[in-house]
Amino acid sequence: MERMNVNPTRMMLTSLKRRLKTAVRGHKLLKDKRDELMKEFLDLARENGRLREEVERDLDGVYKNFTVASSIMSREVMQESLMFPKQGVDLTVGSKNIMSVDVPVFDFNTTANNEGDIFPYGFARTTGELDTAIQRMSDLFPKLLDLAAKEKETSLLAAELEKTRRRVNALEYVMIPRLQLTIRYIQMKLDENERGNQTRLMKVKDMMLEEAINEKKAKDEAAIERLIESQG
Amino acid sequence: MYKIGVIGDPVSVLSFKAVGLDVFPCEDGAEAKKLIRRLAESEYAILYVTEDLADEAASEIERYSDSRLPAIILIPSKEGASGNGLMNVRKAVERAVGADILFGGEE
Repeated sequence: MERMNVNPTRMMLTSLKRRLKTAVRGHKLLKDKRDELMKEFLDLARENGRLREEVERDLDGVYKNFTVASSIMSREVMQESLMFPKQGVDLTVGSKNIMSVDVPVFDFNTTANNEGDIFPYGFARTTGELDTAIQRMSDLFPKLLDLAAKEKETSLLAAELEKTRRRVNALEYVMIPRLQLTIRYIQMKLDENERGNQTRLMKVKDMMLEEAINEKKAKDEAAIERLIESQG
Repeated sequence: MYKIGVIGDPVSVLSFKAVGLDVFPCEDGAEAKKLIRRLAESEYAILYVTEDLADEAASEIERYSDSRLPAIILIPSKEGASGNGLMNVRKAVERAVGADILFGGEE
């Protein structure tokens, strides 16, 4: 792990310590977010898979019904019959917030005039198979919409989860160790400076003491000399 | 008000027309790409695309996978499910968790 390229000063130390504190707190929060997202996501993905299998199976059935219907009727009649559908769909999109991920919620209204009358054709030229096919399609539709919402939610959550996971890892394995390392480096450097200063002071003190002693000695010698002179 | 669109080969999408969705019959990938882009930029919130066309227009679909709208959903065509739709769910799990832990055992 590389330490950051910073000046080992006390000011830097304080600011790094503050950053470390933020990073640790952020890491904890993101980790919580990740766990919660994961819980949410796994349920959703499982549900999504189940729903998709169901829709695929049902849709296959609908296609089969249509194939049967079109084999009985001529292609032109069939296309003509379905040309102007009676049902319409009004879709409204709301939104829902899951762990700060904005996911769309689909809500739909069918705009059929009459619930029981969804067939856009007279019964004279079409077969009962087509009725069944359309009825089944109509029944399947809410599920199809549900699948759309779930699938979008799954993919959005997956993207968010990936991002969060990366952030957690970046904090845990890069950011925090690097900060810790740099803080330790600055602390050592400061301690080292402190010790250097201490020894320098001691040395200076020694030198001053020696000087004082020498001065004192010189004075004493001068006094002794003066004493000898006055007696002699 | 948002709309729902269906893109696929003419035979497969016929059934969707019956329930009142906006249907866009389309034969090849290049056309599908253009359609997807045009519809995504307008007021379509959900686009159902058949799996075989989605295969050819994968790059275009990818563009919208991380945006909120539209939701582009793969549906099997009349030939039956190719497993691509379920593959997308699996991919999402893989992306989120790092490994497929939900559907891996089923194959």
